[in-house]
Amino acid sequence: MSFTTEPNIASPDEFYEALIDAHRDLSIEQSHELNAKIVLLLANHVGELGVLKAVLSAARSNTLA
Amino acid sequence: MKPIDLPPGATGTQIQAMEFAYEHSADQAAPVPVRHPVVIVGAGPVGLSLAIDLAQRGQKVLLLDNDNRLSTGSRAICFAKRTLEIWDRLGVGERCVNKGVSWNVGRVFLGDEQVYQFDLLPEAGHSRPAFVNLQQYYAEAYLLERASALPNIEVRWKNAVAALRTIADSEGGGVLLGVDTPDGRYELIADYLAACDGGRSSVRTLMGLESKGRIFKDRFLIADVKMAVDFPAERWFWFDPPFHRNQSVLLHRQPDGVWRIDFQLGWDADPEEEKKLERITPRVNAMMRQALGREVPFELEWGSVYTFVCLRMDHFRHGRVLFAGDSAHGVSPFGARGANSGVQDAENLAWKLDLVLKGRAGEALLDSYGAEREYAADENLLNSTRATDFITPKSEISKLFRNSVLELASEYAFARRIVNSGRLSVPATLSHSTLNTPDRDVFQGKVVPGASACDAPLTLAGSDSWLMQHLGQGFDLLVYGESMPDAVSACPVNKLLVVPCDAVPQPQSGVVVLHDHTGTFARRYDARPGSAWLLRPDQHVCARWRKVDAADVASALDRACARDAEPALAKD
Repeated sequence: MSFTTEPNIASPDEFYEALIDAHRDLSIEQSHELNAKIVLLLANHVGELGVLKAVLSAARSNTLA
Repeated sequence: MKPIDLPPGATGTQIQAMEFAYEHSADQAAPVPVRHPVVIVGAGPVGLSLAIDLAQRGQKVLLLDNDNRLSTGSRAICFAKRTLEIWDRLGVGERCVNKGVSWNVGRVFLGDEQVYQFDLLPEAGHSRPAFVNLQQYYAEAYLLERASALPNIEVRWKNAVAALRTIADSEGGGVLLGVDTPDGRYELIADYLAACDGGRSSVRTLMGLESKGRIFKDRFLIADVKMAVDFPAERWFWFDPPFHRNQSVLLHRQPDGVWRIDFQLGWDADPEEEKKLERITPRVNAMMRQALGREVPFELEWGSVYTFVCLRMDHFRHGRVLFAGDSAHGVSPFGARGANSGVQDAENLAWKLDLVLKGRAGEALLDSYGAEREYAADENLLNSTRATDFITPKSEISKLFRNSVLELASEYAFARRIVNSGRLSVPATLSHSTLNTPDRDVFQGKVVPGASACDAPLTLAGSDSWLMQHLGQGFDLLVYGESMPDAVSACPVNKLLVVPCDAVPQPQSGVVVLHDHTGTFARRYDARPGSAWLLRPDQHVCARWRKVDAADVASALDRACARDAEPALAKD
């Protein structure tokens, strides 16, 4: 199943700032926890298992490349 | 065998102390090995269920057990609705339900906060609860008492299978067994051998076969304690409770004021030390201080330390030898899938073996036992493995996600659905079985071909009743409408007519006439006047139609008995 990898966020700079800001003053353990919760919340928002599996696979390939 | 009568109100202690006498059998002095149509090894819940089912169908059954007592310790304690329905058919369901603790609700806690609650049977209109908790020795005692009342079952205690050889079909076929007894070894021949002899199956070992899979690096303590506390009849599961940090704990109620407490210990725990009373006592005390604000006196009924395994044999049928229950597959206990799936193995096998022994079906039907129950075992193993991965995360990151799910669960509904403290046993839907007749017509709902029949409240001649109570030992044809169509009147099946809510039931000869007075049946089965379902002897749907005639039923019966099996299909 395909998912969009074309630019889809209207204000990428603003998103990135917000992402980094969400981690402000957190220990590395808290940041890991925050990331895990972001993954879970976004995954539920997406819902479609095929899309989620494709995203997991793309992220893994990119990490191992 | 001598009838066994349990003393009325027999206690768990009395039942566990019962010993059954070894008796010298005439087979031991026979000049040549005596041949038996069916030999079952292992008088546990699976072997006893299979023996009773076969005997009720008129088969002569020999049951061998290497011991002469029932289960020691409570062991399996959760018996699912489907198992109770099977045991209703075998004559012990009512006793198990009466003695057992019925429950439907489970709660999951993180720390001391509840994050999730589930109801396993959220709708009314089923004769049996989602689960009863009952010590395995009670279930075995009831099954044994029932078995002993059937004249065609013989149980031989202290008969241990110690040698096994397959006899070529050219020499009469079957399995030659060497059986060790207090009087030494003797031989006998089984036309068919059912190995219900547990996780360490001696039959499996003697045949050089393996049950393979995963062993999880964690240890759990079962402490069954008797104490006077007043928790509700619910399943309580804690992740990381204050009284047992970084581990999980399960609390469950059993009859006789006994509580099952299951403590996760970690891989480094010493299994011999941890089951000692002096090690268990502080754990229980800490739990009670948290739960009740005080310690309560208790007696330890049973302590045991175990490791999770998820194992299965590649094939459950090896010629004349059929494996059922833990001998064929092993799952971790969170999910109540061990004994429950074993009893379903037994019921799947019983009618098939019966038809083969009566010459009404061929070997292909026995192959379907393997195919169907291997599929069911895979489903159980998948559920069990997933629950185990959640309860026992295998890496730091797995634990991070697990804990994040739990923390999100108290705030967000979606995360509660991900929390997995064991998905509790429901019967497998055998959708891909070659015994099913594919749908010709369109139906909605869950009662698809391959599903076990779903109960519904009905009335019989004005009295409250249940659908499951009227299903017979053989095939059942269930028709929804005001009268049974003439076209099927000669079909060789038990006939049940379910009369719609707004119609008035009229007696009909040769037909059980039931009234769907609440409309529940129509909803659950997506029934319209004329709809029909064919149920196998194990109460699984194998065909359904919007309009049925005798040719439909005949062809579905052939298919369900694998009489039409093309080899390519049967192996699928």
